[in-house]
Amino acid sequence: MLLPVLLGVSLVSFSLLHMVPGDPAELLAGEEANPEFIQALRKEYGLDQPLYIQYFHFISHVVRGDFGISIRNREPVIKLLKERFLFTLQLSFLSILIACFIGLIAGVISSTKQYSLFDNMSMVGALFGISMPIFWFGLLLMLVFSVHLRWFPAGGKGTILHLILPAIALGAASSAVIARMTRASMLEVVRQDYIRTARANGLREFIVIYKHALKNAMIPVITVFGLEFGYMLGGAVLTETVFSLPGVGRLMVEGIFQRDYPVVQGSMLLVATTFVGVNLLTDIAYAFFDPKIRYE
Amino acid sequence: MNEAKRTKTISQTEEVWRRLKRNRTAIIGGMIVFLFVFVAILAPWISPYPPNEGDLAKRLKPPSKEHLLGTDALGRDQLSRIIFGARISLQIQVVAVFIALIIGTFLGMVGGYYGGTLDNLIMRLMDILLAFPGIFLAISIIAVLGPGLTNLMLAAGIYSIPQFARIARGSVLSLKEKEFIEAARAVGENDLNILFRYLLPNSMAPLIIQTTLRMATVLLTASGLSFLGLGVQPPTPEWGAMLSTARAYMITAPHVATVPGLAIMLVVMGFNLFGDGLRDSLDPRLRD
Repeated sequence: MLLPVLLGVSLVSFSLLHMVPGDPAELLAGEEANPEFIQALRKEYGLDQPLYIQYFHFISHVVRGDFGISIRNREPVIKLLKERFLFTLQLSFLSILIACFIGLIAGVISSTKQYSLFDNMSMVGALFGISMPIFWFGLLLMLVFSVHLRWFPAGGKGTILHLILPAIALGAASSAVIARMTRASMLEVVRQDYIRTARANGLREFIVIYKHALKNAMIPVITVFGLEFGYMLGGAVLTETVFSLPGVGRLMVEGIFQRDYPVVQGSMLLVATTFVGVNLLTDIAYAFFDPKIRYE
Repeated sequence: MNEAKRTKTISQTEEVWRRLKRNRTAIIGGMIVFLFVFVAILAPWISPYPPNEGDLAKRLKPPSKEHLLGTDALGRDQLSRIIFGARISLQIQVVAVFIALIIGTFLGMVGGYYGGTLDNLIMRLMDILLAFPGIFLAISIIAVLGPGLTNLMLAAGIYSIPQFARIARGSVLSLKEKEFIEAARAVGENDLNILFRYLLPNSMAPLIIQTTLRMATVLLTASGLSFLGLGVQPPTPEWGAMLSTARAYMITAPHVATVPGLAIMLVVMGFNLFGDGLRDSLDPRLRD
């Protein structure tokens, strides 16, 4: 399951250089390179070899952490990726924390008070959450909280304060998805017989909801976490652009503009591999929460 | 079965329409979508000014009687640009979702129907596409194709293929063992007929729902790509691209950045509401 996908991902990233119109060696050399340099690159990267050998070459370098040299600043791509990727991970992690916090609380309260004012408000809020463009929400947050109220810095990195607004912007849609999912899942669980039994046994409502119901309601919700984390890795591109943050998403977009193909390849490979890894972890967590599911 | 007997006199379409009319969110969503399509089609006739002609003397003006939504950095009428932007958004959405619907549905149905290696191959291919999370897949496709309107539509289309493939496959898998398919095979229908005359019409409901909801996702993705500079390029009045240009004037003229974002949100919301309403009407079992 995992291996063919990773192989496919590597094949897609590898193909990038060959699918873009133009001679790969010339693309790698950059615009103002002399013919000797292009020839040297062609030899060094084995671009005169058959494609399958080139692919093998590519993979054997990648597994050793060698993603090639950036065309623009002649630095190893892995070095650029490392800093930028750690930053994006931090941002995504903070966003998913915010999303879980808001989403779970809103979802649980909504489900215990179905059709109440709170329920209606939070479901309308969720609708806004999934309908707002991240980049626009980010700009609005920046306008209100950085420009007018001056509570947070308007961009750049440094402290945790720099991350708060971007993380909220990035986490809004996921909060909404998690809130909806939690609500629907809880509503289904609280109708089950064992919840009625728990209540009949005189357990306090708080215990019934948070100990008995929530644990089982979480099972379908967990599947969303993996997806949402991936959504964040992708959406981070937009947030990083709005707040001028040095993440891997912006690195990739800049790479596309500058035709810096090794950087683009490296970013594609890294983000996709991470996402595949996160999905695997989600599956494991799923099996952990639901003993009925066992993976061979 | 009782239920079926009682409603035998109305067709399924009528029944869905009846349920849809009673669904408040679907009505609101449908009205937004209708307004959006209406504005997009009639753009040249209803916009007060040409979208790309501005008066530099009147740049960044707040909303007024002549310019209901103010003017942008080049003195162009913001309302006219929003109206023409609807046209571009609708075009992108329709083309992209159509690409995904046709290719995705075909792949999913064929995979689900024949099973085995073919199915495995198709679904692994979809898994590979899905390994590039969210908008990242669309960005990766743009990395290959290069920026621009046509490539943006292609990227947003390819990006949506796996969703349709999965839904079509799931639907075919659940239907292909049913008696009516067995009957069709027994009377000697060929695979092509079974796929497109028996299975496809019976898989329409989830596909229609997905088409509506995907319109929302594609708009968010496409405007995001244009915002990044990877999609539609200025001076074309695309909402994401407009927002991107407006960022520089966010403090001096916040209305220029606010309005395109509001437009995107409203239309996305319309499709989301309408899609949810359709789901409730087409498949009442899913209602909580």
